[in-house]
Order: sequence, then C-alpha cells, then structure tokens
Amino acid sequence: MTGRTRFQQRPAGIHAAGWGWRHAGRAAWAVRGLDLDVQPGERILLLGGSGSGKSTLLGGIAGVLGGDDDGESEGRLLLDGEAPSAVRGRAGLVLQDPETQTVLARVGDDVAFACENIGVPREQIWPRVRAALDAVRLDVDLSHATSALSGGQKQRLALAGILAMQPGVLLLDEPTANLDPDGVVEVRDAVASALEATGATLIVVEHRVDVWLELVDRVVVLDGAGGVLADGAPDRVFDDSARELRAAGVWLPHRSAPARREPTAQGAALLSGEGLTVARPRGPRIPVGDITVRAGTALALTGVNGAGKSTLALALGGLLPPVSGTLTASEELRAGLGASPFAWRSSALVSRIGSVFQNPEHQFVAATVRDELAVGPRAAGIRRRQTDAVIDDVLARLRLDSLARANPFTLSGGQKRRLSVATAIVTAPRMLVLDEPTFGQDAVTWGELVGLLAELRDGGSALVCATHDEELVRVLAAQRRELTAGAPLVGAA
Amino acid sequence: MTFTQPLRSTRLASVNPVAKLGAASTIAIVLLASIDQVSAGVALVVECLLLGFLRFPLGAALLRVSPILVAAVLAGLTTLLYGQSSGRVYAHWWLVEVSDGSIRLAIATALRILAVGIPAVLLFLTVDPTDLADSLAQVLRLPARFVLGALAAFRLLGLFAEDWRALGYARRARGIAGRGAVRRSLGQAFTLFVLSIRRASSLATAMEARGFGSSARRTWARPSRFTARDWLVLGIGVLVAALAVAVSVLTGSWRFVIG
Repeated sequence: MTGRTRFQQRPAGIHAAGWGWRHAGRAAWAVRGLDLDVQPGERILLLGGSGSGKSTLLGGIAGVLGGDDDGESEGRLLLDGEAPSAVRGRAGLVLQDPETQTVLARVGDDVAFACENIGVPREQIWPRVRAALDAVRLDVDLSHATSALSGGQKQRLALAGILAMQPGVLLLDEPTANLDPDGVVEVRDAVASALEATGATLIVVEHRVDVWLELVDRVVVLDGAGGVLADGAPDRVFDDSARELRAAGVWLPHRSAPARREPTAQGAALLSGEGLTVARPRGPRIPVGDITVRAGTALALTGVNGAGKSTLALALGGLLPPVSGTLTASEELRAGLGASPFAWRSSALVSRIGSVFQNPEHQFVAATVRDELAVGPRAAGIRRRQTDAVIDDVLARLRLDSLARANPFTLSGGQKRRLSVATAIVTAPRMLVLDEPTFGQDAVTWGELVGLLAELRDGGSALVCATHDEELVRVLAAQRRELTAGAPLVGAA
Repeated sequence: MTFTQPLRSTRLASVNPVAKLGAASTIAIVLLASIDQVSAGVALVVECLLLGFLRFPLGAALLRVSPILVAAVLAGLTTLLYGQSSGRVYAHWWLVEVSDGSIRLAIATALRILAVGIPAVLLFLTVDPTDLADSLAQVLRLPARFVLGALAAFRLLGLFAEDWRALGYARRARGIAGRGAVRRSLGQAFTLFVLSIRRASSLATAMEARGFGSSARRTWARPSRFTARDWLVLGIGVLVAALAVAVSVLTGSWRFVIG
C-alpha cells in the first residue's frame, strides 16, 4: 500500500435531539421525536418496521431531504455538530436499486463524479478513485462500461463513489435487497474492507440481520410511533425485542427454520417442453431441453444471474414463443384450445396460466386495488356477480381488504408483491409462474407468501418459481431445475 | 456501444466534441439553404477526399453510413418519380412523371442527403456522450447541472426499452393484450412514464448523495481543451461549406430553398 493515497477522513459523529421530518403533502411525520447519539467510528444496524422512517433518517443525515419546499423538520439533527446539508461530502449514502445509482458510463468517471461535485482538485481525484476501487475490491479497468457490471458490482461501484469523497459516515439503505445471494456477500465484504481502510462510522438499514451481524456493534430499532424502540448491543436487543422485531418483519438471526411442506399429491403433467430452447428478442439463446410442469407440485428454476431463469419463466407463462423445440399444454390445461400456450389469446391465457413478474409495478393496470383484481376475471369473461365474491375472498386472504380503494402504485413493497400475486390467482389458473416472488421481502411478507403458495399447490395448482431463495425451494419441496449459463454473461438479470 | 467501438480509435475520435458538432452543423445548415446539384456535389467530393486523407477505415465507415446511403437512394427515387415536373418528359404513368426537372431534383436531393449525412454520422459516431458533456460544460460553459443532469438521464433511456417490453408481457399475462390497442398503448405509455419519473427521482437522490448540486465549486476530473487541432476541424467544416456555396453561386446554380 506504500505510495497509495490513504483515506484521511475522521469518522463522523451524529446527534439527534427531538428530530422529526414530514414530507411535503403528507399528514403523518415520517420520523418524530428521535433522540440518538452516534459516536465517531460506531457501526450501527438500523432496524424498524416498514414506514418507521429508517430511510428518512438516513436521508436526513446525508442532507438529501431537501429544503422547506420538500418537507418540514423539527428538533435538531447534527453531523459533526453542523447541519448535514452544510457539510456535504461528510456523509455518503448508498441506496437500494443498483440501476439508478450508476451516473456515468465508465467505471472511473462514475467514481470520480462525487469528487468533482465537492470540488476535489483534479490531481487528487484519480488517486482517490483508484484507492476507492481498491477498497471495494472492484478490479476492473477505469474505462470499463458501468452497464456491463452485475448488480453486486454496481453496488460496490456506488460504494466506491461514496468512499472517494472520503466521508466520515457511510449510510447504507438496504444495499443488498435487490441482489442475489452471491451479490449480497460480495457487497457485505466490500463494506467490511472499506470500513477497515477508512475507519468511518457506519449506519446500515437491512432486513437480513444475519448478513450484517458480524460487522456491527450496535443495533438501533426505530419505533413506528416515533422515537427509538430498542438500542444496544445486538444480542441484547434481539433477546429483549424479539417479538416487536418479528412483527416488523425483521429476519432475526438463529431463528428456527420454517418446516418443509410436502405436497399432498403429485398430479398429471400440465405443460411439457421437448428439446426446448428459449430466448428474448435479440437476447441470448437459453438451451433448456426437456421440462415438465406437474399439477400439485412446485418447480424451482434456479441458477446464477444471466442463466435465463426469467426468460424460461416467460416462455412457460405463454409470453414468449420457443426458439426451437415444442412446449405443449395438456388437454386439462388447454381446455379446448391449441397445444401451444403462446398461440392462445391473451383473454384465454389469463384463466389458464398466471404470471407474477419480478417488478410488481410492471403488471399494474388499474387505478385501485379492487379494480386491479377485477381486470383478469373481466377479460376472461367471468360474470360480475361471481367475480365480486372471489375478489372479496382474495382481498381478505392477502390482507389487502383495507386497501381496496388505494392506488396500486402507492402501496408498500410487501403490499405490491401481495397484490401482484392476487391479480394472478383471482382467475384461478391451473398453473402459476412466479419470477423471484420473495425478492427483497421482509420476514412477515415472506411467511405469508410461502404459506399461500403451499396452499395453492395443495389445491392442485402447478407452481413454477424462478428464484435464488433456497428457503423457498426447501419449504415448498420444489423440484429443482438448475439453469447454467451457456456463455458467461455479465450484467444480465 | 460495441457498434461505435472501432471508430473510437480513429484520429477523429480525439477531436473535441464541440469542434465536431460545430463542423457538422455548419455544413448541414449551409447546404440545407439551397437545393441544387453543384453545392451538394462539391461538398460531397471534398468530404470524400478528406476521409481518404484521414485514412478513415473504409469498411467501418461504409457500414455506419449505410442507412444514409439507403435514405439517399430512396429519397432520390421518390423525387425522380413524383418530383415537380419540368422540361422534357421521359415517362408518364398516373401520378408518376419522370422529366428533366425531376431528374435534376432527384440528383440534388440524393447528393444533399449524402453531403449532410455522411459527415454528421461519422463525426457523431466518434463522440462519446460523457466527453460531449465535459466539452459542453467546460468549452461552451453551459451550466454543469443541466449538462450532467441530461447526461445521467440519457443513460436511463436504455432501461426504457426493457421496461416497455416487460409491460407488454405483463399486459398479455393479465388478459388485456387482445383488445383496444390504442387505449392499451396509452395506458402502457402512462405506466412507463410513472416508472421513469420514479427512476429519475431515485437517480437524482443518488446524485445528490454524491454531492451533486452542493455549493462547492465543481472541479473536472477530465479536462476538455479546445486545441489548435480542434480549431482546424471547425475551420475545415466552415471551408467545405464556403467552397460549396462559392462554386455553386459562381456557376449560377445556387437556389435558395426559401424565397
């Protein structure tokens, strides 16, 4: 390391006294009555239920909440004794979505971006860029295209961009929620190595506690009603507040694993592929071979990013035609139509094969939750009176009944996921294809989803899940179909 | 990006983007002012000589300008068949009339598209968006916030196509792909709009988190300088345009499009 640029920053301290923030146009305070002191160099895991204001607090410390037009604040929140917006660059914030954190087209430029913004002299920028890339162990050329990086690499790049500012505190807002298991470990290790190099203060928000446990020395739990619910050493907090944390959807460490649920009966083949190859338009060809989807069972499509799980899911869902080979629906599934699902009319597909997309927002088409659920049955030509009863039932089962008149786009992440599953099952298709159904979900939503899927399976439906989630595969006793990427693909999701 | 990669290593690639922008737009504006064979022909000949002189890789260049060639031929043919008729008529069938006048117009149109299109395509293909932004902000002194914001937003465009396809699949899965194509497209476009706004605001937060828009005076990691060579490129662009106009006016063939 001799001759390299060293990180020279001091770790930053944070002081909040009766702090609160209300976003413009909202009736409720996102955070209120918060008293918190963070010593320089502390490493904190910040927990709390959905809507308890974790992200708002990080935004406040990073000084990106904006001014009086953007919201109203009360109390005090100080970074190194000053207003956070006055000391930009002292706090560095990494967000959840890898796609919207890359600013520039080349890796080196992207890391340099932050230095340029805070006015670091040019001759210091490039040594800082190299040191930051070293610290997150991103070993690619400075001119490497950012678009060719994987999700985990993009998050490490975002972290490097922050480190190059030499901030006193690293703020990480669910940095691994959108990543596959390999990406999660990759980013966690990069954070560990960055902390070692810089000694910076750390505040990380994440539901998956066990990933971060060995890195943090203090856990703070925000109370949805305002203030702090629990604060202290990790073990003590997890013991004392286990019930509240579980209710908030936190994945507690060393919890007992949910039981495997064996299928009650193995049914007939509903959909069979022979010599199948699938591909997206202009995408790589994914050789699949033979594949069978059976009633009353779950089939898990697994494999690394870019192996073609989502592409195969689209083809099995009747949304993409096979490039070669055949995909044949059984008499039972096709119910009077032709053999190839891709040839079915959209309104016929919806009552035969349901698809749940990785991003729920892609499949929302109506203005309210209730209307959203009525779309499928109406398209399938099911009578209004019959539909109403089914919709009420599905709403209640997925705890969406109190949200029936809300706009789907305004729901929380977990609610959106539940709604997207609801829209697919409301037409009672025999087969359900789900792309990463449990991705980024908290423990409560996870449990509900898996319970519902097991129930559907036992009711005779066939489930196909493209997933990285080993727990899901195990609990559903899913038959595993591992896809291997023919050629190494970088960056494909 | 791989499409433009071979050209990025040519001599033209290292010319300041603002110089290339200036040269290409000077030629375009001047040539579009007239519709005659001579000005476009002169410009095209000089441009081809310059490309030869620069040892521009011919194969790579042809591949990139092929859409321009096709456009020139098609526009020429259309003008030949349907253009304003005058002088001797060679063929006549319903609306189609090939005459001295339409032949002249056709040649002028095709030459013009080539003379404007070839330099524009070749110059722009060697412009890297990041370098262009650097140059616009440092050489032309356009506001950094605006230029960098546009650059970052430009990167999101690639995600548009992906989103649009996913939205299409989802509509088929929801059972509504069969009817009301117009209404469905509008709905799909609206959803794409909402998703894009969401993305853009999340990108804006990520940029702010890295000090974008802070009160500090911005520095530039990549200096963008306007050197003697850049002036030369700009000057050549102006010269090509001037030569084309001069020859055209002297031979009496210059015809203003307007007036």
